Amino acid sequence: MYETARCWWTILRIGLEERLVYRGDFALGTLMRFLPIVTQVFLWWAIFDTIQQVPGARSVSGGGGGGGAGGAGGATIAGYTLSNMIAYYLLSMVSRAFSSMPGLASGGALQIRNGEIKKFLVQPVDLMSFMLANRVAHKLAYYSVAILPFALVFFFCRGYFVDGWPAPSVLAAYAASLLMGFLLGFFLELSIGLIGFWFLEVSSLLFLYMLLTFFLSGHMFPLDMLPQPWRYLVDLLPLKYLAYFPAAVFLEKVTGPDLVRGLWIEAAWIAFFVVFARIMYDRGVRRYSGFGG
Amino acid sequence: MAIIELQGLAKSYRVYQKQEGLLASFRGLLRRQYQEIHAVRCVDLTVQQGEFVAFLGPNGAGKTTTLKLLSGVISPSGGGARVMGHVPWRRENSYRRRFALVMGQKNQLWWDLPAQESFRLHQQIYRIAPESFQRTLDELTDLLNVGSLVRQPVRELSLGERMKMELIAAMLHSPDVLFLDEPTIGLDVVAQHKIQQFLKFYQQQRKITILLTSHYMKDVAALCQRVVIIAEGHIQYDGSLVGIIDRFSGEKVVTLQFAEDQAIDSLDQYGTVLDAQPPKVRLRIGRSEVPKVLAAILNRFTIDDIAVEDPPLEDVIAKAFLQVDDPAGLESHPDRLA
Repeated sequence: MYETARCWWTILRIGLEERLVYRGDFALGTLMRFLPIVTQVFLWWAIFDTIQQVPGARSVSGGGGGGGAGGAGGATIAGYTLSNMIAYYLLSMVSRAFSSMPGLASGGALQIRNGEIKKFLVQPVDLMSFMLANRVAHKLAYYSVAILPFALVFFFCRGYFVDGWPAPSVLAAYAASLLMGFLLGFFLELSIGLIGFWFLEVSSLLFLYMLLTFFLSGHMFPLDMLPQPWRYLVDLLPLKYLAYFPAAVFLEKVTGPDLVRGLWIEAAWIAFFVVFARIMYDRGVRRYSGFGG
Repeated sequence: MAIIELQGLAKSYRVYQKQEGLLASFRGLLRRQYQEIHAVRCVDLTVQQGEFVAFLGPNGAGKTTTLKLLSGVISPSGGGARVMGHVPWRRENSYRRRFALVMGQKNQLWWDLPAQESFRLHQQIYRIAPESFQRTLDELTDLLNVGSLVRQPVRELSLGERMKMELIAAMLHSPDVLFLDEPTIGLDVVAQHKIQQFLKFYQQQRKITILLTSHYMKDVAALCQRVVIIAEGHIQYDGSLVGIIDRFSGEKVVTLQFAEDQAIDSLDQYGTVLDAQPPKVRLRIGRSEVPKVLAAILNRFTIDDIAVEDPPLEDVIAKAFLQVDDPAGLESHPDRLA
């Protein structure tokens, strides 16, 4: 057990060191991810402003959602005021910072195609555990640089969080949903990468996944805006745990038994994708041809 | 004691056969034609502990596929194998801790970090005790003379230096069996020589078992007591290096240094003239003819110096590769067939 922990720590440490080699590119890449946040905030501002100016259109209804606390001018979209929307959007960005896995699926498929995966097959190390530790290192490196700009953005936008800080129990549930979002995102994308054992190239599949995730995870808009039957559909999919669910937990849109059930379902999805990825890996390795000399 | 045992080991691949042209590419989206490639067909082989065996064969002969099978990277389509009592493709950790695979064309170290970091990771992955790790690392860096380079990012090392680091990484856990797939490919003569010396010394010291594939005959001549020639997935020869020369080359190369001031002509009657730069001439003569031909030449000319040698190993091996394509050639030497 101690030896396994030491091995994990070394993989983590080396993964972190590797991430920090190209510091210029790394810092720039991390900071550039904040640009979309600014543009999205302005976009929602403009949308709400337009609604405000249209006579008789101070509320645009969607499929669900409760009434908001009133934002800029009091206009609402599906029950969301401007404040609600921006608070949601910023929280969904935090969710994405945990659940998005840049380069995981494409990198995994590339390793299969060019034969680099061989080194993991000959060494006494489990490839999936190795990749998980390495991804934790990627995330830690990212957070170490991103935490400051994230904090700044939240500080400047603190006025949009009209309800203030949630209770500690909600914060604990939020932390759990974020960590589980990371695990779900990892095993989901790993499964797509492992399809590389059959398809060799997974970029189109990955594009489809990204597209679905963009709309159905809550990255683009809060999912409770969706009308039925779409709302029912996204509740059946695991994608909502990647962005919407943690944000909804923080904003206390999911509470009580619904929150507990949501966390259990998220855990069940993780278990499903752990088993699915493991089966894919074992089968994939069996049919692997050891490409690339 | 047999360390490696292969019985009827076979591996086939299904390979997509794409016709030329864009239209064929679109047709390939709907229906594809596959061809069954038999990379390894029914290979039987036993390797004893401490042997240094060369796997030779033309490109695509099945050498690397056999090494991949033995290191558990791929699973066979038939037959069986045991290495140190383990079935390789089960990839048990107890097996993976006892062997190493070094591929000359594949980098196993972390590209952007110093080799030291990859070594440290290997220490943890292979559960090497700290004192044993340091002792082995010092010994290996000393032997390969790369102590000052372990803190340099791998991407900034030369090809030869990188290969030395790959070898160190592979040896840190003191494997009992080592698979080397063209470890000296692309290296200059000096680097090749150093790696050969290292492998020879290390193998003799530790009595480890090594299977080597290489296209450099100097590697083979310097290191291997036993040579296995594989072609078209079959073992075509299994024996000593000297045996290959006996088996595949019935000729000798005779170099004659003629004394000055004499006409050198009509040498064709004695053998094939390989090179004529009077007063030095090289002839290829049938092995059994050598005494008779030399006597005739000495009788006719005044000779200052004579050298009788085996043809270059590369030539013999090339001939061997050509001959194994010709079953008739093999049928005439059934005793040599594995």
